[in-house]
Amino acid sequence: MSEQPQTYEAAAEVGAVRKRRTRLERTGLLLKSAPPSAWFGMIVVGLYILVALLADVIAPYGEAQIHPVPFAPWGGEFMFGTDQIGRDVLTRLIYGARNTMGIALATTLLSFLIGGGLGLVAAINRSWLDQLLSRFVDVLMAIPSLIFALMLLSIFGSTVTSLIVIIAILDSTRVFRLTRAVAVNVAVMDYVEAAKLRGEGLGWIMRREILPNILPPLVAEFGLRFCFVFLTIAALSFLGVGIQPPTADWGSMVRENASLIQFAKYDLTAAITPLLPAAAIALLTVAVNFIVDWFLHKTSGLRDDH
Amino acid sequence: MTIEPNRKDILLEMRDVRIDGFSDERWHKIIKGVDLTLRRGEIVGLIGESGAGKSTLGKAAMGYTQPGCKLVGGSILFDGIDLVKASDADKRKLWGTRIAYVAQSAAASFNPAHRLIDQTVEAATRRKIRPDAESRADAVELFRALQLPNPETIGGRYPHQVSGGQLQRVMTAMAMSPRPDLIIFDEPTTALDVTTQVEVLSAMRNIVEEFHTAAIYITHDLAVVAQMADFIKVLRFGEEVEEAPTRQMLTHPEKPYTKSLWSVRALEKPEVKGEDIVLSIDHVDAAYGPLKVLHDVTISIPRGRTVAVVGESGSGKSTTARVITGLLPPTAGAVSFNGKPLPAALKDRSKDQLQRIQMIYQRADTAMNPRQTVYEIIARPLEFYLGLKGKAQEARVIDLLKMIELDESFMDRLPSELSGGQKQRICIARALAANPDVIICDEVTSALDQIVQEGILKLLLRLQKEFNITYLFITHDIATVKAISDEIVVMYRGKVVEQGLKSEILAPPFPDYTQLLLSSVPEMDPDWLTNLLAARPA
Repeated sequence: MSEQPQTYEAAAEVGAVRKRRTRLERTGLLLKSAPPSAWFGMIVVGLYILVALLADVIAPYGEAQIHPVPFAPWGGEFMFGTDQIGRDVLTRLIYGARNTMGIALATTLLSFLIGGGLGLVAAINRSWLDQLLSRFVDVLMAIPSLIFALMLLSIFGSTVTSLIVIIAILDSTRVFRLTRAVAVNVAVMDYVEAAKLRGEGLGWIMRREILPNILPPLVAEFGLRFCFVFLTIAALSFLGVGIQPPTADWGSMVRENASLIQFAKYDLTAAITPLLPAAAIALLTVAVNFIVDWFLHKTSGLRDDH
Repeated sequence: MTIEPNRKDILLEMRDVRIDGFSDERWHKIIKGVDLTLRRGEIVGLIGESGAGKSTLGKAAMGYTQPGCKLVGGSILFDGIDLVKASDADKRKLWGTRIAYVAQSAAASFNPAHRLIDQTVEAATRRKIRPDAESRADAVELFRALQLPNPETIGGRYPHQVSGGQLQRVMTAMAMSPRPDLIIFDEPTTALDVTTQVEVLSAMRNIVEEFHTAAIYITHDLAVVAQMADFIKVLRFGEEVEEAPTRQMLTHPEKPYTKSLWSVRALEKPEVKGEDIVLSIDHVDAAYGPLKVLHDVTISIPRGRTVAVVGESGSGKSTTARVITGLLPPTAGAVSFNGKPLPAALKDRSKDQLQRIQMIYQRADTAMNPRQTVYEIIARPLEFYLGLKGKAQEARVIDLLKMIELDESFMDRLPSELSGGQKQRICIARALAANPDVIICDEVTSALDQIVQEGILKLLLRLQKEFNITYLFITHDIATVKAISDEIVVMYRGKVVEQGLKSEILAPPFPDYTQLLLSSVPEMDPDWLTNLLAARPA
């Protein structure tokens, strides 16, 4: 070490701070450090998105196009055969990606908008409003959500809009709980008090002071919620109140072709047909969770010992 | 130096210890070859500013390095045992029995779910040093030696049922219970009030003397180390600056750095009486729910002057600040600013009223949003209060950074990339940006090292001179009060005990509480604690 400064200088306290990297460089570094499981997740999700976007181009037939042969075997004209009324299973799978994923994404976004927004308000306000919202959420959470969703869907009808809104509201209770819990910890920080003393409004404090600091757990939760919404929609479709025909959807595809399983001893491929959409759901869920795990590991500050 | 040919009673010998730490994706040198020799019954004081490597060195004396650090060279011999080569299992046998560690925050180091006595005797019992019943009887004796109230029964309490100072003493008892040869005290009194600190210090010193235990005492408070240590080692940037017996070190420091550390406490502002009252608090009562914390508090603050509010924690200093800022509306009385009453609640105050009174916090790292850059932090009040945008805003931010002795290269940094002193400077710049009349400083220097404290205090004084700013300075540190204040308000249990010019308050005769407070501030005299304890009735 060379000559040390003997006098005190404020600017010299922390000397060499590494150069600030641009966003692109940081993203590049982040991707480089991603483990194989996260890469697998990203590639699978990327493929799903590609399929969903290009459904019209890559699907061999129209979404609701009916062919004369129901339950056609695999191979030949129809790669995965046809379903009970003669629609091409591969086409339905491709369109299903678009419908199921699109609805799941819209639902998750809406539930985060509602739950996250109200959670932040409750965390900052901490008065009767917090009590009112929290107790209301408790009431909603006390009712088994699948049964509640079934009931509401039968009241309001199984349209895509009501499906999105109902699942989003039921799911937003969990988001509310999480947001409120993490935001309460941030809301007591001095910098939030400093912003209040400055006279900042609720909107600024929510968006600029608190939200950036609670983003990591929320993003992780977003990934998980997305999977759960996905499974809820599939479950509802399986029960017949989800996405309605002729719109293609993986959940209802499982239900409609479920009876094929019993023909396993005659034709193995026929028995696999109902499992294809189920596998599509499973693969996406696993992929999303790989990414979420990696993100959680990155942001939780858990570091491997050197 | 205390090195003598007789090597028999050497307990700990560290030679050329080098430790590297990993951060920012590369290895840094934290300790760059430090020697330390400690004999049985001796106390060494390790001092230095934060980042000097004193804690790392203290832990290395146990053969321990924190995660992210590694020992890269040197030797550590503890009573003939080579701690560098010793296996983890061997070291674990030493830790807690022959080498004990007392951490800074006792509250965070106790398990809240177990009774104090169980935790005190755990090491001695589990290592089968002596039977459990004997350990318990011994712990009571230790509690008594440490002057804890009700030594027979205090062990039955849980950590949250005793005060911070008591907890720190229980922790010392816990370290003492297996009768270790070496205790490492890592800033044990930093988190305590001055009045409590005295009790803890004397208790620790007595018990270490009684059992002839060697100790490493780590602190950044020179006056404290002067009371405890036989010899002092000054560290800076992971290297030894100077080592000498305590008296010699205090009277004849050799190196310029050591001298600069010693001179910090000499800062003193000449007091000036103020006439024009800018902010006055009239007969204010305040309460948190049913708990009344302020009783009839009246303080008037003259323009361009510094009024220091002194008192131990729980005396209502910070609550007074909350009443002034409007965070806690008073239950009786009023606050007036420039002769006009301020609305009690924050939400009823106008933007202009908010702008006039700014606040600086004790902990700069929680007072800044970790996700905002320095530029965003300083620019926000400029935009919010003054409507400055674009080029004008940028120019003003650079201006402000220069005022606090930093430059524009700091604009893009995040708070995590600043040192403690720099963070506090940014907070000062944020307060200045609003062009305030009054700045409330809540313990702004108490989390900082002395040399950095001095820098911040000088900066505050200079800014006051340049812009005629009024400070309400809340602190428990009398040295800081001497350095910065014109007037002093002494608070105790939510009441104002005394109020007046600095020269009046700091001159006898003192009311009882002021006397206690003033006499509890450690002085740079190795005999201070001994004399103080002799003078105080037992």
